[in-house]
Amino acid sequence: MSVLVFTLIILIGSCFAGLVGSLTGLGGGFIIIPLLTIILGVDIHYAIGASLVSIIATSSGSAAAYVREGITNMRLGMFLEIATTVGAVCGAMLAMYIPTHMLAIILGTILIFSALLSLRKKAQQIIEHKSALAEKLKLNGSYPTPVGTVNYSISNVGGGFVVMLFAGLLSGLLGIGSGALKVLAMDSIMKVPFKVSTTTSNFMIGVTGAASAVVYLQRGYIDPGISMPVVIGVLAGAMAGSKILVNAKSSGWLRWFFVIVVLVLASQLIYNGLIGKI
Amino acid sequence: MAAKTRFKDADMQAIIGWVLRTGVILSVSVVIIGGVVYIYRHGSEAPDHRHFVTQPSFVQLNGIIQGIFDFHGRSIIQAGIILLIATPILRIIFSALGFVLEKDRLYVFISLLVLLIIFLSSMSGHIG
Repeated sequence: MSVLVFTLIILIGSCFAGLVGSLTGLGGGFIIIPLLTIILGVDIHYAIGASLVSIIATSSGSAAAYVREGITNMRLGMFLEIATTVGAVCGAMLAMYIPTHMLAIILGTILIFSALLSLRKKAQQIIEHKSALAEKLKLNGSYPTPVGTVNYSISNVGGGFVVMLFAGLLSGLLGIGSGALKVLAMDSIMKVPFKVSTTTSNFMIGVTGAASAVVYLQRGYIDPGISMPVVIGVLAGAMAGSKILVNAKSSGWLRWFFVIVVLVLASQLIYNGLIGKI
Repeated sequence: MAAKTRFKDADMQAIIGWVLRTGVILSVSVVIIGGVVYIYRHGSEAPDHRHFVTQPSFVQLNGIIQGIFDFHGRSIIQAGIILLIATPILRIIFSALGFVLEKDRLYVFISLLVLLIIFLSSMSGHIG
């Protein structure tokens, strides 16, 4: 196999990963790691490095649009980024010492959890009771809707912060955005409205990814030959995915199909990790 | 007062949106240019990414500039990737400035704290 063929395979695979990632809401990095490690036999550290770079690209690209619409809660994002970056740095350092087959098993397990989480019904909730800490940190916000501005309050800031530490840790350890966990923490613990939590999570992923990417870059785990097709492919796929999402209202069956794809990939990762092939 | 603050928040959102968008477009363009050069020069060679190997000096941080002058595709790609990693970091710097303009001391501090964490993390390679 020549460099050209190798690059084209990664490019096509990454395009698919970006598409699936954006349609399921799991993020492109998730699918690219099993693809690189299982099918192309790439060292998992390189795969994680490339994935990190690609999630920075996709999250920054879509965050640019969301921020301007005024849905993202920037203060909430900035505050929680303290937790996600600290977690990410710890995770990235930890990844350097964990054997590759263990990384594969952990990634597979998290992948299954996130896929199942993404199927969860999203209930919109607006709470108005005031939490003293949220008030002090100016976290309560508002967002525009077709029927006017909606004000919301945030509860259990401390609990959300702790879960964000963990989300950051997973992100640095496995090179994923851990968007599903971030959204879950904001939705169910901090009671952030769903629209705000998804865009704010997306806003945070870029910074979290950058915090771990600098560690991977220093250790030489970001390989230009692999990262190049991954970044281009994932970004192109994610852009196509967001177009499809806008056009197709009922993407229910599509979601199910891709969740099954993700589950198959995840079990492959765990299997290969267990028999020590990764 | 409240209306004025909201106006400034909207300004900041517009600027941050622009920073993120420009950063992604610019860095991915550099990556694509580097990719074309890399494939043109090395397309028919055999890749080996199965195991971790020490990277050639022209993709390491202090060799990139020289590598670009020597027209190494991978140096150009790596420069694009560094630009991409810098994009969200630049976003924090811009939000810190925005909070300074809003006289929101707490969030100036929080933005600088996040910057410090990333800075320390980028120094870790030299220590560990």
